[in-house]
Amino acid sequence: MREKVIKILEDVRADIDFNNLDKKLMDDEMLDSFDIISIVGEFNEAFGVDISVDDLLPENFNTPEAMVKLIVKLQQE
Amino acid sequence: MKNVLAYLEDSAKKYPEKTALVDEKHSLNYTEFIESAKKIGSKIIDITGNQTKKPIVVYIDRCIESIEAFMGIVYSGNFYVPIDNALPEQRKKLIIDTLNPIMIICSKQGQMDFLKYRRNILLQDLKDSCINEVQLDKVQCGQIDTDPLYAIFTSGSTGVPKGVLVGHRSVIDLIDNFAEIFGFTHENVWGNQAPFDFDVSVKDIYSTIKAGGTMYIIPKRLFSMPLKLVEYLNENKINTAIWAASALVMIANFKTFDKILPQYLKQIMFSGEAMPNKVLNYWRSYLKDLQYVNLYGPTEITCNCTYYIVDREFTNEESLPIGKKFNNTDIILLDSERKQEVPRGETGELCVRGSSLALGYYNNRKKTAEAFIQNPLNNDYPELIYCTGDLVKYNERGELLFLSRRDFQIKHMGHRIELGEIEVAVNAMDFIESAVCIYDEKNEKIVLFYQAKQVCRKEIVERLQTVLPKYMWPNKFVRYEKLPLNKNNKIDRTKLKETLEED
Repeated sequence: MREKVIKILEDVRADIDFNNLDKKLMDDEMLDSFDIISIVGEFNEAFGVDISVDDLLPENFNTPEAMVKLIVKLQQE
Repeated sequence: MKNVLAYLEDSAKKYPEKTALVDEKHSLNYTEFIESAKKIGSKIIDITGNQTKKPIVVYIDRCIESIEAFMGIVYSGNFYVPIDNALPEQRKKLIIDTLNPIMIICSKQGQMDFLKYRRNILLQDLKDSCINEVQLDKVQCGQIDTDPLYAIFTSGSTGVPKGVLVGHRSVIDLIDNFAEIFGFTHENVWGNQAPFDFDVSVKDIYSTIKAGGTMYIIPKRLFSMPLKLVEYLNENKINTAIWAASALVMIANFKTFDKILPQYLKQIMFSGEAMPNKVLNYWRSYLKDLQYVNLYGPTEITCNCTYYIVDREFTNEESLPIGKKFNNTDIILLDSERKQEVPRGETGELCVRGSSLALGYYNNRKKTAEAFIQNPLNNDYPELIYCTGDLVKYNERGELLFLSRRDFQIKHMGHRIELGEIEVAVNAMDFIESAVCIYDEKNEKIVLFYQAKQVCRKEIVERLQTVLPKYMWPNKFVRYEKLPLNKNNKIDRTKLKETLEED
């Protein structure tokens, strides 16, 4: 799943190296609201989840790992 | 009144202790605000030796200091040019080459390190100085209301961004109209969303200062977290929002109001791109008593030339009118030759007449002459109008409706983009034989069709990063061995666009 997540992230932001992050994606404003909307849309489609407004928090989007964790959690619900 | 500083001086007298500006870390009352601006102004005069009407660049952040710098520059008799420091170096250089600024103001040491331009200065160094009232007065005496206030850069079709230069008179005209129509007072609390290099923010800044209100600079990251954003609005009792339409869309898309509602918001105005009624209806179903205003206009006529106060129901499928012209603005709908007015009810290009017209594109006479033309309906004396390139018509209620563009300019993620500018950048790459960009409106994607020996998406993106801001990068790449040509031997855009519809 991690590869798929990274692939989606890279499609949205080709300029960020998601495998070697030195900053937090959301807290440090590396991703903007347009990126988040695109990413959430792609995740929903690719993983059959429904990411809601409650999930849009830095702790779920600061790193690719956090995003994987969120998707897994939502898939189990 | 001939200078926007009159707004600040007036409010500083009436509300000396009142909070004017708030950012994540600091807040500033009107007395502190004016003192800081005067210090900065005095120091600039000192350094530049009484030069006036010259550009001074400000590397903006979402903080109070950027606005202090703007006002300081105005006190020095010069005009400010807000630039996002995150722009690619090459684009920054293009802008700075066009301007030849007499000073570049940075708010952080880090911004100075990788700059190779002359006349860099830290804002803090400008603030550490004394107010020289005599010099400031002298400068103000020499100012008139058609002197430039700011320049904001926008995408240019030939690959060079254009600096729209706006004078004091135009901003005063706009802000006085806003205050009157929308009834702003010192009780208004603005929540600023627009970055300071967007002219949407001009309305926040000057409406606040004129009214003696308070403006909160909302941290950018909150616009990715709708729940926290609404909490922020509530905590700070924000009642007025002049936002990009896209910010309202984001809140609606995530069904934010199922969880939390803004408690103090009274007025929300939006612009930047067409507001879908589907989104507006979502807002209206939760917040019935809000005043919703659709604002329309390009930077060249100082923010907005028409407005529509939402006063009736719309179905999701209908399009929202851009409404009627502001007081002291005239709108003319010209035919495709730009020679005559079109008959009432027919489609024409929206052209604007009035004090709101920008002074032109800085250091670019050719582009200025193309867009700011003699009013073809007036042969008797010189009178300029601005041709927006937007095709509109009047509905049966006498409201203007936006229909489409007459050229290749698009609105994408809230930004105004000339597709030609992306094409110039891609066609400059040695491994590209030819390329065109087409906007896929349905999916809101910029699609690049390119002809090259092999697939080279990665290489294109890598190069684009160095020349264009992120919002201008194509979202989809389609490689052709040979791009289709039309009968004039030009790349067949119509055919390429059809391939998008087939998907």
